[in-house]
Amino acid sequence: MDFDLTDEQRLLADSVGRLMADTYSFEKRRALIREAEGYSAELWARYAELGLLGLPFAEEHGGFGGGAVEIMLVMEAFGRALALEPYLATVVLGGTALRLAGSPAQLEAMVPRIAEGQLKLAFAHGERQARYDLSDIETKATRSGAGYVLDGAKTVVLHGDSADMLVVSARTSGGRDDADGLSLFLVDGRANGVARRGYALRDGTRAAEVVLSGVEVGADALLGAEGAAFPVIARVVEAGIAAMCAESVGAMDAMHAMTLDYLKTRQQFGRPIGENQVLQHRSAEMLIQLENARGMAMLAAMMVDEPDAAERARNIAMAKVGVGQAGRFVSQQAIQLHGGIGMTEEYAIGHFFRRVMVIEHSFGDTAHHLNRLAALAA
Amino acid sequence: MDLRFTPEETAFREEVRAFIRNNLPKETRERLRMGHPPTKAETVQWQRALNARGWAAISWPKEWGGPGWSPVQRMIFLEENLAAPAPELLGFNITMIGPVLIQFGTEEQKKRFLPRAANLDDWWCQGFSEPGAGSDLASLKTAARREGDHYIVNGQKIWTSTAHNADWCFLLVRTNPAAAKRQEGISFLLVDMKTPGITVRPIISIDGSHHLNEVFFDDVKVPVEMRVHEENRGWDVAKFLLGNERVGIARLGKSRERIDFAKSLARETRSGGRPLSEDPAFRQRVAQLEVDLKGLEMMQLRVVSAYDKRRDGKPDPLSSAIKVRGSELLQATSELVMDVGGPQSMTAWAREADTASNEPALGPEWAAQAAGAYLMLRAASIYGGSNEIQKNILSKAVLRL
Repeated sequence: MDFDLTDEQRLLADSVGRLMADTYSFEKRRALIREAEGYSAELWARYAELGLLGLPFAEEHGGFGGGAVEIMLVMEAFGRALALEPYLATVVLGGTALRLAGSPAQLEAMVPRIAEGQLKLAFAHGERQARYDLSDIETKATRSGAGYVLDGAKTVVLHGDSADMLVVSARTSGGRDDADGLSLFLVDGRANGVARRGYALRDGTRAAEVVLSGVEVGADALLGAEGAAFPVIARVVEAGIAAMCAESVGAMDAMHAMTLDYLKTRQQFGRPIGENQVLQHRSAEMLIQLENARGMAMLAAMMVDEPDAAERARNIAMAKVGVGQAGRFVSQQAIQLHGGIGMTEEYAIGHFFRRVMVIEHSFGDTAHHLNRLAALAA
Repeated sequence: MDLRFTPEETAFREEVRAFIRNNLPKETRERLRMGHPPTKAETVQWQRALNARGWAAISWPKEWGGPGWSPVQRMIFLEENLAAPAPELLGFNITMIGPVLIQFGTEEQKKRFLPRAANLDDWWCQGFSEPGAGSDLASLKTAARREGDHYIVNGQKIWTSTAHNADWCFLLVRTNPAAAKRQEGISFLLVDMKTPGITVRPIISIDGSHHLNEVFFDDVKVPVEMRVHEENRGWDVAKFLLGNERVGIARLGKSRERIDFAKSLARETRSGGRPLSEDPAFRQRVAQLEVDLKGLEMMQLRVVSAYDKRRDGKPDPLSSAIKVRGSELLQATSELVMDVGGPQSMTAWAREADTASNEPALGPEWAAQAAGAYLMLRAASIYGGSNEIQKNILSKAVLRL
């Protein structure tokens, strides 16, 4: 039992935090959102220089051998700055799929390029009819000669518009909700038959609708064993949840700090509004929720590599619920305590608010995970 | 960062479980499981059994009989003891007066009182709150005036838990009414409850039980050597004591035990033509409580693992957050058990049983106790510094508002 960070981990958190503080002004971020790619290519290169993009990959494949705690530290710093880059999509989601299911040849070919910032990934899994159900997949992969042909449509593919390579889930056998029969494929984002429609989510981060029409891929595009991808998909999602929990905590931390600052400086009736006990208590309640979420994000990070699948799934679901509920409370109160200014697009609170909102609705919302837990609760 | 317990910690948990399994009287365990509060005799018996094993004075230094455990071990022990369920160590003795005497007491006071406190030969109670001084403790009025080798104490304390069981009382009194600051005129005294002039009157709480008391002091003579720390410096002692008190206050093991108990009851309770355990609303509620419990556990682990690394001697500010969440969860889990019982929980049979009636039970024993626990636990967000006071502490000490 030990919550201490190692010196290397502390150094990592400090250097990412410093980079964010130095480069990610609110105005700069708003300018980036207005650009086509929706993030900073310059910063992406800096992440590569800092070793962030190869962080979770094994050193033998060209990575840095980091684990879920390192990812947590990076994501928390990103959350505090509302970073826009496709880190989650490439390193956490795509990266986890690659790490868990990639062949030596695939790892060798891709990891160094990811680490250098030359290869961006996206996890093209969700479908419109599926809502949050991971096994509800209609996209089909049909064998054709030595390879496969993919047909189907993927929705809200995070950073799917700028990804060089898509990790696509498709059904090689089985019916709509079967966990068995799912396979993962590496599909070039510019391959024939891939149509991508990029757009911004409510928080300004990018996503895409991806339509696959007769997309031909070789046998070497298969990531992992045919028909056996579901456990990999579940773990990709778990890693994504853990990372997003940390990001949400970073965003909540920033909102709480801003709100506190506002309570101390905003004057009404001739004194700072923070002198009102009702606002002091609300702020204390925000702190309690934030600290609760912080512990839950740590739990999620620690559970990402837990070998017992049921234990891992249960704890990560608990973390998602805890962070989701804390996120709603902290972000709603952050706007409330700011009053009118909190409603404006020119003020940062609303931007944090929307990131936390998007995170809650990614990979299963609070109700979804609470239902999963309830099924186990008897 | 590694949140897993070490093999040594896991082995320790097993050792604690085995000891409890082999030594806790079955009748005690069963009564507690049914929701009865432990009797005085059960509490004394169990604390002595633990003390014989060297496990009673859990936070004290080894020279005074402590087991030399790490904070994590202490947490594991407390959780397992509550989850058994076994009677809790008497907090007045173990987490209050013991550490106070070790920190501030004279050698004579330590030798005289510490071994007896560990073995529960003396049952201590806490004379802090007064009718006019609850959360605002420093406004207390009970007066002690010096007469030769004695203080003469006059005044009234209230909400004094288990004063009717107590042999000794640690008491905050005002020794200097003229002090510039209210906190500066207070002293900390040890009073034998058999001293003439002490009257204990029961306060029956809303659960029908006698747990609380009023204690009246009418020209009570207390020898000067029964003062702890310097005269008029009792506030230092009180602050130290209250800081200590918060550490174990989440009582996580209790909430976990109640959730598990409610789940086992729900499997045997029919509702809407099926076991209550299959009702989606019930399951959601349990799932939510388990999420809250996990969050609290993480918070507590963070505080406990940082405990030995904190050097300022002050309680971790997060312990206020733990107090708030812990008491809310104790309350919510007691509501859960009560709600499983439904109308059976509403009978007042438990109170009749106190009179040793030979009449048969009205319904399940646990259901008759359930509302009592729920009612009594309304106090959890009031005692030990009310949850509103905890939020004040957070907003002052952490948020600097």
